[in-house]
Amino acid sequence: MDTTYILLQHYWWFIIALLGGLLVFLLFVQGGQTLMYSVAKTPDERTMVINVLGRKWEFTFTTLVTFGGAFFASFPLFYSTSFGGAYWVWLAILFFFVIQAVSYEFRTKAGNLLGQKTYETFLLLNGLFGTILLGTAVATFFTGSDFYVDRMNITNIGGETTISYWGSSWYGLEAVLNPINVALGLAVFFLARILGALYFMNSVDHEEVVRRSQKQVLYNTIPFLAFFLFFAISILLKDGFAIDPRSGVVSMEEYKYLNNFISMPIVAAVFLIGVLLVLFGILKTIFRPKWTKGIWFAGLGTVLTVVGLLLNVGYNNTSYYPSTADFQSSLTIFNSSSSKFTLTVMSIVSILVPFVLAYIIFAWRAMNKKKITIEEVKSDSHSY
Amino acid sequence: MTSMLLTSVVEWSRWQFALTAIFHWFFVPLTLGITFMLAIMETIYVKTGDEFWKKTAKFWMKVFGINFAIGVATGIILEFEFGTNWSNYSYFVGDIFGAPLAIEGILAFFMESTFIAIMFFGWNKLSKKTHLTATWLTAVGANISALWILVANGWMQYPAGMEFNPDTMRNEMVNFWEVLFSPVAINKFFHTVTSGYVLAAIVVMGISAWFMLKKRNIVFAKKSILIAAVFGIFGSAALIWTGDGSAYQVAQKQPMKLAAMEGLYEGKDKAGLIAVGVLTPGKEYDDSKDPYIFKIEIPRLLSFLSNRNFDSYVPGINDLVNGYEYVDKDGNKQAGLSFAEKRDRGRIANQALIDYKAAKDRGDNSSQAEALKLIDENFKYFGYAHLENPSSIIPNVPLTFYSFHVMVILGCYFVLLFIVVLWLLYKDKLHNKRWLLWLMVFTIPLVYLASQAGWIVAEVGRQPWVIQDLMPTVSAVSRIDAGAVQTTFILFFSLFTVLLIAELGIMFRQIKKGPEGVE
Repeated sequence: MDTTYILLQHYWWFIIALLGGLLVFLLFVQGGQTLMYSVAKTPDERTMVINVLGRKWEFTFTTLVTFGGAFFASFPLFYSTSFGGAYWVWLAILFFFVIQAVSYEFRTKAGNLLGQKTYETFLLLNGLFGTILLGTAVATFFTGSDFYVDRMNITNIGGETTISYWGSSWYGLEAVLNPINVALGLAVFFLARILGALYFMNSVDHEEVVRRSQKQVLYNTIPFLAFFLFFAISILLKDGFAIDPRSGVVSMEEYKYLNNFISMPIVAAVFLIGVLLVLFGILKTIFRPKWTKGIWFAGLGTVLTVVGLLLNVGYNNTSYYPSTADFQSSLTIFNSSSSKFTLTVMSIVSILVPFVLAYIIFAWRAMNKKKITIEEVKSDSHSY
Repeated sequence: MTSMLLTSVVEWSRWQFALTAIFHWFFVPLTLGITFMLAIMETIYVKTGDEFWKKTAKFWMKVFGINFAIGVATGIILEFEFGTNWSNYSYFVGDIFGAPLAIEGILAFFMESTFIAIMFFGWNKLSKKTHLTATWLTAVGANISALWILVANGWMQYPAGMEFNPDTMRNEMVNFWEVLFSPVAINKFFHTVTSGYVLAAIVVMGISAWFMLKKRNIVFAKKSILIAAVFGIFGSAALIWTGDGSAYQVAQKQPMKLAAMEGLYEGKDKAGLIAVGVLTPGKEYDDSKDPYIFKIEIPRLLSFLSNRNFDSYVPGINDLVNGYEYVDKDGNKQAGLSFAEKRDRGRIANQALIDYKAAKDRGDNSSQAEALKLIDENFKYFGYAHLENPSSIIPNVPLTFYSFHVMVILGCYFVLLFIVVLWLLYKDKLHNKRWLLWLMVFTIPLVYLASQAGWIVAEVGRQPWVIQDLMPTVSAVSRIDAGAVQTTFILFFSLFTVLLIAELGIMFRQIKKGPEGVE
């Protein structure tokens, strides 16, 4: 057993979990997009709300791209198996992000061919399907997918050489048939809306919009809690995909995910603190309407909750991407990772991440020092 | 039946990837170059305090912003398509190829997207100098993004710094610096970004020329042209230098691509470079037709470009298929293997891999070691095992040939244009030369054509390989229905086309509106 290698595999799973957590937090942009007609009633208000999101959308987008790149570099077998198999799901997600990328820039510009309404619809669709599909896809980490992996295929001259492939032509769409998957998708959607509303409260200087956002926090918390609790309780009570550390054989184990929390109390604490921070951010916002810092508590809580969940499904001899078609094809952080050398190189690069975070924080603070107003948006020559 | 289905999923996947790459490349090169010009203009503003330069920079920033959004949109698909459409590729070399993509995200994309927001919205929120720094960092970020993806691409053309691991059935990185500083990657990076500088210079010149033709914003147009032409001429010098370097690397590492670029079927000493030529349609490698209907050749130049020696031997397509022998400059006999020999060795490696696995499973150490030796000796031809016909190692010759020549001829024309424009600016006669101003406007589509042609040479010319000699395109593809890829191809084709039209519509309106408050 090479302990350094094992450590690196755990470290990189942690990085993936962290990027996943940051991504879900940054989905506040998507959530905010779905609120643009509820919190903004006049065209000016809508333009302000879209502009306040438009200054952040690239962070979400870049995090999604980096999440993909980091997953590729550290767990390439996941990249090839999931992306190359759950084809419809991933391409649908991409489609709904592509239409977002142009919508801010094109929305109000003359000559934009499709008209303002269409670009706003693109933003709505991105907020709706981008979040639900991402959540649904991630839930399959707990519920399993329909795929096979056979490395020897690569020697198959004249035949199928692809080493991982899906069991059916649904290519990932079958995930929506499992209520647990859909529940996480919807929980992510409503959470993104809550975060979007909290973000508006924190960054716009407009009484009405803030008041309506606060209401939206309340409205969306109810379905969020319902779906999130359904998901969390379901996975804690269900059997999970466990690896035998000696033989590497994957089999079902009772209460696997609950047991993981019990045997990894720090991970359980991260998860619980995350959930509590989200609830604190929401509840204080609901009961103290003047308080606008909810986004930071709920945001940090979101990151921790997602990190807790992903560490649960990746650590403690658990298969993080299980195959229901063939248990032994299931992916673990051990059998799907890059080589020790590559993980080492990547780890050295990851030392630079704090610098990246530092300038992002600097830029964010500089840009959000003053809350945004309708007047500012109107007078800015580059506004969306 | 299986192979027919396979072929069509490969074909559709190639079309989809080409579609995304071509659309992406409509937007990226402008970003690479114009960001530096913005930074230069803003630097002049900060140094002189002259509002003119701020307004000028702001106008070009708008042009950049419209272009940028759609570049981002097409870029995300490209990254994920390695997984969705080329999943076997992603596994086989993901250990090496993934790292640059991840580093690109962490180091470059965040830099670009963070500072771009400051550049657009931070004029009144930050000091002049901080804002200027953000503009420079946007340019640097954009160019670093290009570095990592081009390192990845260079690695596919010349797989360096790696070893095959038969236990994991994949290639694994053993030397990061060899990957990063591979001569192919470095040449590719500089050649590609400098092509972006030239493209951006031509675009800025062309748009400015239009203002001159309309007799409006004359000062703005003149100064923009001056910056663009100077930037362009330096860019061109670097472009030619790295172009020469790239050709040399192709000759050394991918001789078949070079032969296709030149339509060279029979190898020879003292080979000439075709300056202009027309290929014989329907020419096959094994027929006796003359490859050219017409050609103008520069004597011995191809030999020089390929080997830095005017007398040296350059193998042609037939030599690479049938094997060849020649005497090098030191008088030593050299030989190149034929397709059949390479295929046989690839198949030895493939069989050894099967034997290795079987021996490992039954714990037979000596057979395992024997198989490993065979794998090591023959792995460099591994990809040939999957190819059947000699013709399958020949790329599309006419497409590669014409793309290469279009790129080179247009490249020379751009240099000439920069020189003439700078001369006339110096003589203060440019605004009177209406024909030249029109020519500058109509050069804009030509520079995009040249830029795309360069990528066609690089990517069509290296077929049938996704990884030179190790993995053919047909083995790299995901196992999905061709219909699924066909559907997504049509979907993205329609979407990108609509977005491109919208982008152009917005761009034309913004240009018509012109810069605000400058002469």
